[in-house]
Amino acid sequence: MKKQVFSVCGMCSARCPIRVEVTDGRITWIEGNPYAAGIEGSMCARGSAGLVHVYDFERPQGPMVRIGERGSGEWKRVSWDEALNYIANRLSEIIGKYGPKSVALLDRGGGLFGEMQRVFIKAIGSPNYFNHDDLCRKDADLALQSLIGIPRNQISYDFANARHIVSFGRAFFDAVVVKEANNVLKALEKGAKLTYFDPRVNVTATKATRYLRIRPGTDYAVVLALIHQILKEDLYDRDFVNKYMLGITDLEEFIKPYTPKWAEAESGVPEYQIIKLARELSEAKPRVIIYPYWFGARYTDSFYYARAVWILNFLLGNLEQKGGLILAKSPKEVGAQPLKSLLDPIPAPQDKRIEAELGKGFLYDGAGHILHLYKAIKTEEPYPIKALFVYRYDPFAGMPLEDIKEITRKLELLVHIPVDYGTTSWFADVILPESTYLERDDIIGLQRGAKPAFILRRKAIDPVYDTKPRWWIFTQLCKKLGLEKYVPYESIEDIWNYQLEGTGIKIEDFEAKGFVSLCKEQVLYSRDQLKFKTPSGKIEIVSSKMQEREVPIFYPYKTPEKPKVEEGEFRLIFGRAAMHTHVRTQNNPLLNEIKPENELWINDEVAERLGIKDGDWVEVSSGDYTGKIKAKVTPFIHPEAVFMVRGYQNDIPWLSRVYGKGLNEGRLLKGAFDKFALGSHTGVLFENFVKVKKA
Amino acid sequence: MSLYYIYQDHNRCIGCFACEVHCKTNKGLGPGPRLCRIIPTEIKAINEQVVQRFIFMPCFHCEDPWCVKACPTGAMQKRAKDGIVFVEPNLCVGCKNCITACPWGIPQFNPETGKVVKCDYCKDRIDQGLLPACVSKCTTHALKWVSTQEASTIKREKFVKEAYANLY
Repeated sequence: MKKQVFSVCGMCSARCPIRVEVTDGRITWIEGNPYAAGIEGSMCARGSAGLVHVYDFERPQGPMVRIGERGSGEWKRVSWDEALNYIANRLSEIIGKYGPKSVALLDRGGGLFGEMQRVFIKAIGSPNYFNHDDLCRKDADLALQSLIGIPRNQISYDFANARHIVSFGRAFFDAVVVKEANNVLKALEKGAKLTYFDPRVNVTATKATRYLRIRPGTDYAVVLALIHQILKEDLYDRDFVNKYMLGITDLEEFIKPYTPKWAEAESGVPEYQIIKLARELSEAKPRVIIYPYWFGARYTDSFYYARAVWILNFLLGNLEQKGGLILAKSPKEVGAQPLKSLLDPIPAPQDKRIEAELGKGFLYDGAGHILHLYKAIKTEEPYPIKALFVYRYDPFAGMPLEDIKEITRKLELLVHIPVDYGTTSWFADVILPESTYLERDDIIGLQRGAKPAFILRRKAIDPVYDTKPRWWIFTQLCKKLGLEKYVPYESIEDIWNYQLEGTGIKIEDFEAKGFVSLCKEQVLYSRDQLKFKTPSGKIEIVSSKMQEREVPIFYPYKTPEKPKVEEGEFRLIFGRAAMHTHVRTQNNPLLNEIKPENELWINDEVAERLGIKDGDWVEVSSGDYTGKIKAKVTPFIHPEAVFMVRGYQNDIPWLSRVYGKGLNEGRLLKGAFDKFALGSHTGVLFENFVKVKKA
Repeated sequence: MSLYYIYQDHNRCIGCFACEVHCKTNKGLGPGPRLCRIIPTEIKAINEQVVQRFIFMPCFHCEDPWCVKACPTGAMQKRAKDGIVFVEPNLCVGCKNCITACPWGIPQFNPETGKVVKCDYCKDRIDQGLLPACVSKCTTHALKWVSTQEASTIKREKFVKEAYANLY
């Protein structure tokens, strides 16, 4: 017997809508949802490999409690009841001793279905909810908030209609989001330009109409020079700027020294290219998109870089414009009722999050800074964090072993709730395995956009192993702690019905396509009536939010430190390849087959001086960690950088297919988790130098 | 040659290898045999651009297939109605002669079954009016399922568009 299920992919965080076919209880086909615009059946390699993932035996098959030392790999399989009781007992002791604020939840990120885990942490009365964004998109978020009062995920990009797209290392065709990749290609087919800056050539560079190699750490210099030239030559959208932007005079004053000639000396990007680009952007405006980082936890100045990028966009008047940046609409903004929040009935915690006790000088926006969390665990300041729940995230996978040891030494309880094995589970006390996205129902999610929709993830099959869906895990944890009044649900249907109350939408309405659009046509605001969520209602270059938090409005550019290349020292940068998601898929049988190991990209001229040939084994060292990897010698990387595709957890015996293969860049990030970006306190993972020599 | 052709639009192909996985999940194949392959070319710098191609290599379904001639048991066959070249697994003895014979290395040995397996354009899907898995789900719609005539037309039109775009 054959059935079809509409759902949402879970192989990466893009969460593409999918259609799944199940034949006699077994998944036989997964494809992109044919009804979803920009997807139309298409799917990436990871999406298809989800079919193999669900039946893979190399993932946790039931709850486990550690019985040996941390990292010994000695575990006991237990029942769900035993595991939950164990956690509840330990947690009660910890809360009794240190208070509810000593419990933290570290989430990969809220995303579409992210309320459930927040219910749990709020219900126990802790303010300490954190996600991974500080090591990812948070600079772009905070920068946008400082200017127009909303985070980055409330902006969408109309790539398909753009005339010129500029990206600094956002690799549309390497870190693939299916819809986005298709829209960028659509623009290129219609004759749009794509200018791509990166120290290294990747697939995105090969699709660009112009690739410009940039010295790592100097993106900010080039963006400043573009602003300089656009202001100098009056290339900006005068009407838009006069109407909406506050602080242009301050910007003009600040930007004076940052000429294209100056930027050439910093970045290696020729002056004439910067001038040409500024003029081309002006010609194409407002149908231009200058993309800030997605992964923005790069350099010390990345927050100020991101602010400069948003300012550059706004100078070109591309906000709420076809082919530019579109404000993502909430249900209310298109005349629909929002979902009811599961969090509303729970009282706000009495304690303040650790940040609130740290004083000013950095921005924060309600999600908590992960680096503050790590620091608080290590130092017990401003107060101790003794229990940590980690959900849908493997933070230790990309971290040096020394940091992991320091953090786990202070924790009395570490619970990992993963789908897959990884470094965090290896060092945890309890593993509560979540069912894969193909085996679980999730709460209803809201997809914001010019045409917002509610979307549903539905299980295609029953769990293959003894795993549970997140709604069940977190409601049961609450119940074990006597907090059932905050989770009065017995089934996922109870939750769905609660969420949909008052919306006029029924769960059956999701049957036909898997999602329910909240309006018929895209909603665009009139260009003359934009209002921003800032105190002034304008785009604030001189940001009230930054002033209130005592964060400097402008940051004068500083030349990045230069590695001693002649001594074999390099800046370590890393990125993605289309067939792998971060640290999660390298062990997938079919994705592993395509790229079983990573290699170290190194510039050919430098390599020659160091006696390294293509394919040689090299030793990479950060001082406290040394590993071996094969060299890929190429002219297509800047001489100051070495590059790796990230995520090869080669030291976790559970992951047999990737064990001992390639090198994990995370283990080489010595000291990175103690460094904070200026103004934003986000991570700066590209500020690390490593030594390379022939093995 | 079969009636069909898979046209690869190099401007759209991003070398993501999804076609390989779409194919293998549809056929239920584990690591080992890869029925279609993406083979990247070396990166080259040309003026302001850097270029690289990702060549899609399915079976070409020859008019006069070497593999069929080489097969001693009649397992390797060409379908009369549309020219699809396929293996009848019940007849395959795993001698690998077809692998030796094929100039492009298309037939694959499946260690799990001890038999040869190859691209058959997902003939079961074709017969249901569907597209081959690789085409149907291609991440960027770079693969197109066309007749040999259409393939030729697309190519000519593309040539004219690109070559003459800047002439006037």
